[in-house]
Amino acid sequence: MANSELMDFDKALELFEPVLGFEVHVELNTKTKMFCGCANEFGSGANTNTCPTCLGLPGGLPQVNKKALESSIRLGLALGCEIAEHSRFARKNYFYPDTAKNFQTSQYDDPICHDGSITIELESGRLVTVEIERAHMEDDAGKLTHMGGATGRIQGADYSLVDYNRGGVPLVEIVTQMIEGAEHDAPEIGKTYVAAIREIAKALGVSNARMEEGNVRCDANVSLRPRGSNVLGTRTETKNVNSLRSVERAVRYEIQRQAAVLHAGGTITQETRHWHEDTGITSAGRPKSDADDYRYFPEPDLLPMAPSREWVEELRLTLPEPPAARRKRLQAAWGFVNLEFQDVVNSDLLDAVEATVAAGASAQSARKWWTGEIARLANVAGVAADSLVTPAQLAALIALVEAGTLTDRLARQVLEGVIAGEGTPAEVVERRGLAVVSDDGALIAAIDAALLGQPDVLAKIRDGKVQAAGAVIGAVMKAMRGQADAARVRELVLERAATIE
Amino acid sequence: MTYLTKLSAAALSELLISREVSAVEATRAHLDHITAVDTDLHAFLHVAGDAALATAAQIDARRAAGDALNPLAGVPIAIKDVLATQDMPTTAGSKILEGWVPPYDATVVARLRAAGLVPLGKTNMDEFAMGSSTEHSAYGITRNPWDRDRIPGGSGGGSAAAVASFQAPLALGSDTGGSIRQPAAVTGSVGVKPTYGGVSRYGAIALASSLDQVGPVSRTVYDAALLHDVIGGHDPLDSTSLTDGWPSMAAAARDGLKDGALRGVRIGVIKELSGDGFQAGVTQRFNETLALLVSAGAEITEVSAPNFEYAVAAYYLILPAEASSNLARFDSVRFGIRVNPESGSLTSEHVMSATREAGFGPEVKRRIILGTYALSAGYYDAYYGSAQKVRTLIQRDFAAAFSQVDVLMSPSAPTTAFKFGEKLADPMAMYINDVTTIPANLAGVPGMSIPIGLAPEDGLPVGLQIMAPAKADARLYTVGAAIEQLLESSWGHTMLSQAPALTPTEMFASEEGAV
Repeated sequence: MANSELMDFDKALELFEPVLGFEVHVELNTKTKMFCGCANEFGSGANTNTCPTCLGLPGGLPQVNKKALESSIRLGLALGCEIAEHSRFARKNYFYPDTAKNFQTSQYDDPICHDGSITIELESGRLVTVEIERAHMEDDAGKLTHMGGATGRIQGADYSLVDYNRGGVPLVEIVTQMIEGAEHDAPEIGKTYVAAIREIAKALGVSNARMEEGNVRCDANVSLRPRGSNVLGTRTETKNVNSLRSVERAVRYEIQRQAAVLHAGGTITQETRHWHEDTGITSAGRPKSDADDYRYFPEPDLLPMAPSREWVEELRLTLPEPPAARRKRLQAAWGFVNLEFQDVVNSDLLDAVEATVAAGASAQSARKWWTGEIARLANVAGVAADSLVTPAQLAALIALVEAGTLTDRLARQVLEGVIAGEGTPAEVVERRGLAVVSDDGALIAAIDAALLGQPDVLAKIRDGKVQAAGAVIGAVMKAMRGQADAARVRELVLERAATIE
Repeated sequence: MTYLTKLSAAALSELLISREVSAVEATRAHLDHITAVDTDLHAFLHVAGDAALATAAQIDARRAAGDALNPLAGVPIAIKDVLATQDMPTTAGSKILEGWVPPYDATVVARLRAAGLVPLGKTNMDEFAMGSSTEHSAYGITRNPWDRDRIPGGSGGGSAAAVASFQAPLALGSDTGGSIRQPAAVTGSVGVKPTYGGVSRYGAIALASSLDQVGPVSRTVYDAALLHDVIGGHDPLDSTSLTDGWPSMAAAARDGLKDGALRGVRIGVIKELSGDGFQAGVTQRFNETLALLVSAGAEITEVSAPNFEYAVAAYYLILPAEASSNLARFDSVRFGIRVNPESGSLTSEHVMSATREAGFGPEVKRRIILGTYALSAGYYDAYYGSAQKVRTLIQRDFAAAFSQVDVLMSPSAPTTAFKFGEKLADPMAMYINDVTTIPANLAGVPGMSIPIGLAPEDGLPVGLQIMAPAKADARLYTVGAAIEQLLESSWGHTMLSQAPALTPTEMFASEEGAV
């Protein structure tokens, strides 16, 4: 059956119930690797961050990275997991050139974290609780680059290069229980679940959590159960789906594909599948059976771990507020409507706005500046908005606007000065001479001159045609070279028009 | 300068410290002796003559400058080829590593160098330490200096033969199931397997990680103790390394030389390690030694270790299981030889397969297959799981025995050195040869082999194994040194002075004459 034959999604859901499961790998951002002292660093020269241990040289031995253990426990706690009193590593034996030792040092019987759950909220407001079976530690493989072929895949390549810099980087693999009852929400559950894991890892600071750099990688398991049956269908595991949107698409695709196969009387092969971002389809990988034999056995080169309960409780105290709860709290405190709040969240500016509010700015002003002018400048410069100014600088700028020292237009100029490194907002105002002229004497002189210079306008204002004042305001602003508060000018124009001789 | 090679490390050390002899002279004497005898014996796979002389010259310069040096500074040493050395090829006796020079030193090697010992070269061994005869080396056999038609033991036959034939006063070995102790026994030398975790395994090419332990090989107990003090102690690079502080083994050995050192020492003789399968002359010398110990005031008790019966079976599941995984890294991708398949495409899978086919010898393949099978789904519990349970039972046997006695004793090996080829066709016969030594590895306790005489029927050395509780290595040295002194005074000579001459010079010149 060709990949292109898909069943309509709604029809697939009519006939089958989708059952999901996810394995999410989170790459920890420790300074050094999981089992040796080599730098855990992205972007170094090929095979420079290596040693006898992570290169799998004869005689090399592993040592557990304590920070990685700590990060794993914190991640487990944030996922509501139990932390094992006794945990140990195991060897997962298989031959592949990116795996230097030809076994992965992972965990099998005694994972460090087990039996947790997180509740995610879908756009409809539906709450779904995803049960976490386990979260275990392991080391990452090196990176293979297949050379000479047209596709960059191993098929058709002339040779392959291997870079072991990533080999031995610490990973936490988070495995869910079977997710039943997803129904039409299945694709969105996939996306939202992975987003939640990513957000938690980021909030904890244990991972850079950038999916585009492979810090968070998702394997999605999908099977279909015919309506009315209580027998689980055969599952496929779509590997390395590396964006939130792709998780959603891949789950949807597999439901539609499997439904078409099953409806036509075919069977699903238990296998891994590759996700193709460009075409939006999955294709068969290698067959995977439950009897896949990795010959797991306890890693004899490492001692079992027994994290003390005191330490676990200390780590529990370091957990940040759960991201979902924090979002709820902030939106209520700031009084943002959904659209405003989503704008902030989607622009990854929650931290920036929160810090700006904490520095004294109003929530609305902070939101307006971050998602408006600053985001625009950042976009032009191709950098992150929060790299341009600090929340404290922005709060100071907003304070100047609110005190009437700056108009919005002047404030944008001051912002440019701050970004250019000319100093604090107050210093930029001082140096560029940008403060609003608030000396009513100078303004009144300019207004009087303008009113007297346009007697017809003055007459109209006196007749109650207030909108005519615009012409005078414009002339005054021009005379003041923009350094006047337009609202104050308008006030004074109306006042002077009534009294001027 | 032949006499320099006859000296113990401790005696040589005194001459070096008093500057009567230079490290260069001592090193040259050993290198000359290697040239004279090793073409035939083949204890060494690699001799680093120039590097050794350069190291020795540095030690002499430092000593002349008045630097504070370790007592063993300037003493030559041979290193088993299982240990990574950054200036010498490291093959573990396997063709798959032919010519490989590691980019780093094993921790024990680094400690040797720091202490100023002079590495002479790398010694022969059964491939990846799998064997009891050194016949499984990919680079040819090593002969036993006592009888050139017999095995020097294994896997560390090269280190034992080098020491027994006076090519080096000291050597490093590794012991997974007896690879230090059994070669010591059959060559009339001393070998110690320290407590598991007592000596770093970092840079020791792993056979079975939970059993392997690096240890000293020498001609006297005191020399072994001096070397143990250099190589032992915590190493953060080995997670199984114990963090305990250790007493001086040399001081413990000196305690054994004091009068009455054996008085009141409670010695347990393991019932299960005697009788059937033990050569008559081995049993005879063992019993004579016990009688001597009684006369020196020791108390002998027979103890039972009922689960030792299952030790060999459990060992030959745990070892191959761990080895099958440890040896997976030999895949031609990063180091070692690479062999392309004769036909078929050059995929990494095919190249790995062809390399392992050509690079591993039959015993290695046998154990990889055994271990892969023992770990397979559906068999794990029956094989690996059961073997681990036996291991626990053996640990309990030791605990029960050590609640009654201070040390345990048995013959180090059931027989004296056997002839080349005698057990090659029958792996079980080879495996059962380790029945005496394997329990200590399974339990992680320290064991020592010292020579106790020649078996009357074949005139070949017999070894006594002494075992102590985990971390009580010092007790081995005290008891071992005491017994060694007792035996030598009863004989009127050392064990190895009885060994046959290997060179014409030795045949015609007495030690005194050489001086």
